[in-house]
Amino acid sequence: MSAVLRLLSAGPGITVQDRGRHGFLRYGVTGAGPMDPFAHALANRALGNPAEAAAIEISLGGLELTSEGAPVTIALAGGDFQVMLDGQALPPAVVARLEPGASLKVRAGLAGVWSYLAVAGGLDLPYVLGSRATHTRTGMGGLKGRMLQVGDILPVGMATSEIATGRIVAPLLERPAESIRVLLGPQDDYFAPDQIAAFLAGPWTIAARGDRMACFLEGPKLSHNLGFNIPSDGVAMGAIQVPGEGLPIVLMADRQSTGGYPKIATVIGADLGRLAQARPGTPIAFRAVSHAEAVLARAEEQSFLSGAIPIEPLVRSLFSPEFLLGLNLVDGWVDARAPA
Amino acid sequence: MSLDQGGRPLFLDAGETALVVEFGRIVDPAISDRVLALDAALAAAPPEGLRELVPTYRSLMIHYDPLQLDRATLVALVEERLAVPATRNRAATLWTLPCCYEPPHGEDLAEMAALLGLTAVEAAAIHAAALYRVYMYGFSPGFTYLGGLPEQIAISRRTKPRPPHESKAVLVGGGLSAIASFSMPTGWYVVGRTPERLYAPDRPNAFLFEPGDSLRFEPIDPATFAALDARAEAGEIVARRQAA
Repeated sequence: MSAVLRLLSAGPGITVQDRGRHGFLRYGVTGAGPMDPFAHALANRALGNPAEAAAIEISLGGLELTSEGAPVTIALAGGDFQVMLDGQALPPAVVARLEPGASLKVRAGLAGVWSYLAVAGGLDLPYVLGSRATHTRTGMGGLKGRMLQVGDILPVGMATSEIATGRIVAPLLERPAESIRVLLGPQDDYFAPDQIAAFLAGPWTIAARGDRMACFLEGPKLSHNLGFNIPSDGVAMGAIQVPGEGLPIVLMADRQSTGGYPKIATVIGADLGRLAQARPGTPIAFRAVSHAEAVLARAEEQSFLSGAIPIEPLVRSLFSPEFLLGLNLVDGWVDARAPA
Repeated sequence: MSLDQGGRPLFLDAGETALVVEFGRIVDPAISDRVLALDAALAAAPPEGLRELVPTYRSLMIHYDPLQLDRATLVALVEERLAVPATRNRAATLWTLPCCYEPPHGEDLAEMAALLGLTAVEAAAIHAAALYRVYMYGFSPGFTYLGGLPEQIAISRRTKPRPPHESKAVLVGGGLSAIASFSMPTGWYVVGRTPERLYAPDRPNAFLFEPGDSLRFEPIDPATFAALDARAEAGEIVARRQAA
């Protein structure tokens, strides 16, 4: 019998995401895909999956699931979430094996907004326009085009090899949000130099309203020198548009394919996850970089993801998980089922 | 900034993975022609690392992987393709799209006509007599922006959105016409409804039109709408096509 995952509880905002739906932006189809592309790819690569395999994007709502039919190896990566497997605490970035009937709980922890739960073999759901990414506004992809809910059953694809379990060692996951790198443009000339300076000076705070479509910012109001109505043009993920009222909006994974406000700058690919993982109230600043610097940052991520992802075995500890959880330790959590 | 509409386009970065080739700043058929010619030239022989092309009114967004295709190489390639007279890789098509302007489908037609000093019948006749150009898609899957709206019915958008309309709505607003495949609130006026599905992921042609195609509306009555709607929902294409 092939394996499935069954959801025992699910908070709002949890969806299945692969790398995203590509090739149909020209027909108005949103790309969707992960809010934190690096963490999504990392969770997959830690299992030996292709980086683009379908995984569960877990929101702050958290979830609990079990595996049925056969053992399933999973990986988690993303924010600093709390992970419990059959009552044992695990690190937030981890590869673990779920025996049939196991209970895996993932809840919001100290930091971060999204955690990616990948499974060895990927989630085996139907493709819509070449992708399994969920876009809830158009009811496309994932599981019936909607957020996951209690009772959902997700088929797991065939995994090919033995997979090491343990903590995922990925220093690139340490991404404090205070400085977000941007490339100015494509419509930075709609803003006078003092407004570009104000944009880079901030300070900005992540607003409470925000979702997979956009990240809203609070801070100084920016003004346009060429008006704020432009003919709609293409919108890249990370585009920072400034509507008439002057507060920037960063357009994220579920953005519309085109838009009609001037875009002062675009968050570089390597910092999309950094921004997506920042909780409401987090202060951030934007730093303009060159195209070459953005490409270098991307190359660093890709180089890490294309190699073997280091996995560090979990060690048995003398301390109870409750004690260690009480200390808010990041490292040193235990897997009591691991061999001594 | 002024821009020579016929000259060298601007190359603008939308992050390190998208390059915007901008031919102008206004909605204009000649600018759109240049966008679509470049779109076709790149699609005909895409370089390694080119991911996706998104034509809009006055610019082409080129999504690319900068680790496979560096920016300078891409810019040089675009300039090389622009230097060669464009041949479209797909002949523009003239589409005839059935549209019911009558109640209950043309929900806002009377309201719009009254604002323009016309009767609903006059406004519908003007809308149906025009030849439209498919400029671009955007907003949602299959949402088609059409240029060529006659001046007599070129009305601004509403100041406040109206409640969600039915799917497959034919819209007028902001000096343009449009077709919306999904039900949604809108600032446009709903003047009619087409039975055709502009987004049909279960059909081999999930999308019918290409930017640059021409389109006209053929008025149908509600009974014909119902019959064609049933056929379209069963997977048939009820719009008619011919070489433009």
